[in-house]
Amino acid sequence: MNLRLPSKVLEHIISFIDSNEDRNSVSLVCKSWFETERKTRKRVFVGNCYAITPAAVARRFPEMRSLTLKGKPHFADYNLVPDGWGGYAWPWIEAMAKKSPSLEEIRLKRMVVTDECLELIAASFKDFKVLVLTSCEGFSTDGIAAIAATCRNLRVLELRECIVEDLGGDWLSYFPETSTSLVSLDFSCLDSEVKLSDLERLVSRSPDLKSLKLNPAVTVDGLESLLRRAPQLTELGTGSFSAELKPEAFSKLSEAFTNCKQLKCLSGLWDVLPEYLPALYSVCPGLTSLNLSYATVRMPDLVELLRRCSKLQKLWVMDLIEDKGLETVASCCKELRELRVFPSVPDLDATNVALTEQGLVFVSQGCPKLESVLYFCVQFTNAALITIARNRPNIKCFRLCVIEPFAPDYKTNEPLDKGFKAIAERCKYLQRLSVSGLLTDKAFKYIAKHAKKVRMLSVAFAGDSDLMLHHLLSGCESLKKLEIRDCPFGDTALLENASKLETMRSLWLSSCFVSFGACKLLSQKMPRLNVEVIDEHPPETRPESSPVERIYIYRTVAGPRLDMPEFVWTIHKNPEIGVSHLAIK
Amino acid sequence: MSESVAAEHDYIGLTEFPTMEATMSDITKNEDGLNFKATELRLGLPGSESPERVDQRFLSIKSSCPVSGAKRVFSDAINGSNKWVFSSGSTTATGDVGSGSGPGSSAVKDGKSTTFTKPAVPVKEQKSSATAPASKAQVVGWPPIRSFRKNTMASSQSLKQGNNSEIKEAEAKSGPEQPCLYVKVSMEGAPYLRKIDLKTYKSYLELSSALEKMFSCFTIGQFGSHGGCGRDGLNESRLTDLLRGSEYVVTYEDKDSDWMLVGDVPWEMFLCSCKKLRIMKSSEAIGLAPRVMEKCRSRN
Repeated sequence: MNLRLPSKVLEHIISFIDSNEDRNSVSLVCKSWFETERKTRKRVFVGNCYAITPAAVARRFPEMRSLTLKGKPHFADYNLVPDGWGGYAWPWIEAMAKKSPSLEEIRLKRMVVTDECLELIAASFKDFKVLVLTSCEGFSTDGIAAIAATCRNLRVLELRECIVEDLGGDWLSYFPETSTSLVSLDFSCLDSEVKLSDLERLVSRSPDLKSLKLNPAVTVDGLESLLRRAPQLTELGTGSFSAELKPEAFSKLSEAFTNCKQLKCLSGLWDVLPEYLPALYSVCPGLTSLNLSYATVRMPDLVELLRRCSKLQKLWVMDLIEDKGLETVASCCKELRELRVFPSVPDLDATNVALTEQGLVFVSQGCPKLESVLYFCVQFTNAALITIARNRPNIKCFRLCVIEPFAPDYKTNEPLDKGFKAIAERCKYLQRLSVSGLLTDKAFKYIAKHAKKVRMLSVAFAGDSDLMLHHLLSGCESLKKLEIRDCPFGDTALLENASKLETMRSLWLSSCFVSFGACKLLSQKMPRLNVEVIDEHPPETRPESSPVERIYIYRTVAGPRLDMPEFVWTIHKNPEIGVSHLAIK
Repeated sequence: MSESVAAEHDYIGLTEFPTMEATMSDITKNEDGLNFKATELRLGLPGSESPERVDQRFLSIKSSCPVSGAKRVFSDAINGSNKWVFSSGSTTATGDVGSGSGPGSSAVKDGKSTTFTKPAVPVKEQKSSATAPASKAQVVGWPPIRSFRKNTMASSQSLKQGNNSEIKEAEAKSGPEQPCLYVKVSMEGAPYLRKIDLKTYKSYLELSSALEKMFSCFTIGQFGSHGGCGRDGLNESRLTDLLRGSEYVVTYEDKDSDWMLVGDVPWEMFLCSCKKLRIMKSSEAIGLAPRVMEKCRSRN
């Protein structure tokens, strides 16, 4: 039976497939499907920039228009990855500039981006449209100026929580007067003040502008003026809301907000004074996303705002909301899908005792669509976890951070094993899980057995022995990213389950008891894994059985990387050469 | 008063967890009947046993603690934030396992030291008076909050002011009219502290049993054992005898910022003047008693 479709037909069919996971499956069917798929893929996602070489990507996807890359491991967000580890964007930009000049969109996360990179982007991609940098570093406002000045059709420029060398606010004035294509601008992470008149003119001549996120240097007056010029905004990040309130300013601002009838997402609100909040009341009924996580507003002002947001789907807030506030959210925000509660005092000395596990229980009871949770809390109970799991089996992302390490169920003094067991068992669609509090190996047995769809798992200060790691690596069928810190297992489980590691994107281990010898063995046994030991001292100066501080293991077809700093050690695949870090100067 | 070193105390209910030896044998023959030992990858020659890796740091825990050797003490996380500390000779019996003589041991680069950019989380010292014991250190990357958020919150003025006034209010409140009286409880050697509402206890007895429960993982559980009698019918002076006899004592900081032994003054007076509690080793608390006498004298 001849099942071969003409390639044009196949191409047409495949062009309807957007999901890269599906496309990856398509490409495995047979050679001709592989060829057809690769020639039609426009949006390329590389989850680990060291898993494959830029040249290989450019070669495989000649029609690439959008490239998304991720660099450093997730725990870099919490200062666990030393500076200089890697994640450089340059080799990618350089390769794409030569081989994929039609590239239009670049999205980078946790990568080191230099001004040279940005200048090269500006110079090489004629129809460049979208630049999104998330948690990146290494560049200055000069690089941004280059993008602004040169990319004539730029639509999206977003700097999300980047560390930027701020040389002043001039970069904004580099947008030429002819630039009218802007759809989204986010400079909320920059410090310097930009010239308001430049910003006003830019906003006025950008009729398609839908998303504008200002930095804290923009005043209330500035905000009001911008809103008047862009009432069509759907996403707004306000500037600073903490200036002294003048009555006319307040009423003008209220009016400006009233005219923004399409506003759906609101963020910023740095240090907002409670007196300003009523200016926002007019937009509340239409809001689907509200980020109050930098707003130092307390109860009851918070509740006055939230009870008006009946369509809210996403809420980010600080623990200043307290259980009472979450009770109100549970009764007013029935469309809520995502809740994140951050600590207002971000250290171990947590002082807000008015936010407890009860707050999350309220929301799990009252919000039937709740599927994504990030919750920081001083302590927790099994009963609460079980209740939450029973109420919301539709949860897909559950990240609980019990701020006290090793904190047991504070009512029964037991480990939180039972609670997380309930979460794993009942939430059958769970894709992302972070556990905390006092946990024994048993907890991981339950998770391994039941959490079949979990792709990313974060563990800290938990477990008793190698069993915990063994459970996770021999269970958890869908596991792709595992990050563990400060857990008491050694080499055994890791070496036992070496083959699992090739089915995963990456594994991060820090402050555990894995020895250098095990790393060597693993590296020799598994040629398609890069086993990076991140350690200040050369590992040979210690016995092979002594533990190493940090290990980052990831699958790769690119071989060991050549840009390692002096503190990253990989075992050379040729045992005669031994340990090296092949740093290129 | 010496610096509190986060020593090799185990911080979890010690009776609950298996020792390292038990754990290893669990692995070699677990409930599913899989024999891991047969397939176990080892570092030595075939036929030799991999040495059990018992970390020396745990062997020095007081003998009265049932040791859970497998746990990495929190102190290492703290130490790791500032210095890259490896206890040399941290493992026993390396035997024929890689003592550096294997084929892969020669390094390409010479061993010169490199400048290493450490993650930027300093150890935070307590800002209070010189007589107060040093507080616990901060741990790198915990709680897991992005630097961007940490930096933004650190510069947030209204939050700082808000917190300060909250704390002052809480500390100024005392006496039965107030709904609750939260004080921090820290323990020497423990990596974190707790907060308790003193209003929920009616006597020193209740307080001490609550504290013991909270920090039982740290203490050697000698509260009940001294003098051979149970805790029934304990009055205040008996309790203080007990506390004084054991390894640890409970002290508190009063309104004058002096550190006093808990149990010396009537309960109501204690409630009025206690600002925070600290459980410290008896040896550290020796200097406190005379001050208590002075205070009593000056009041009477």
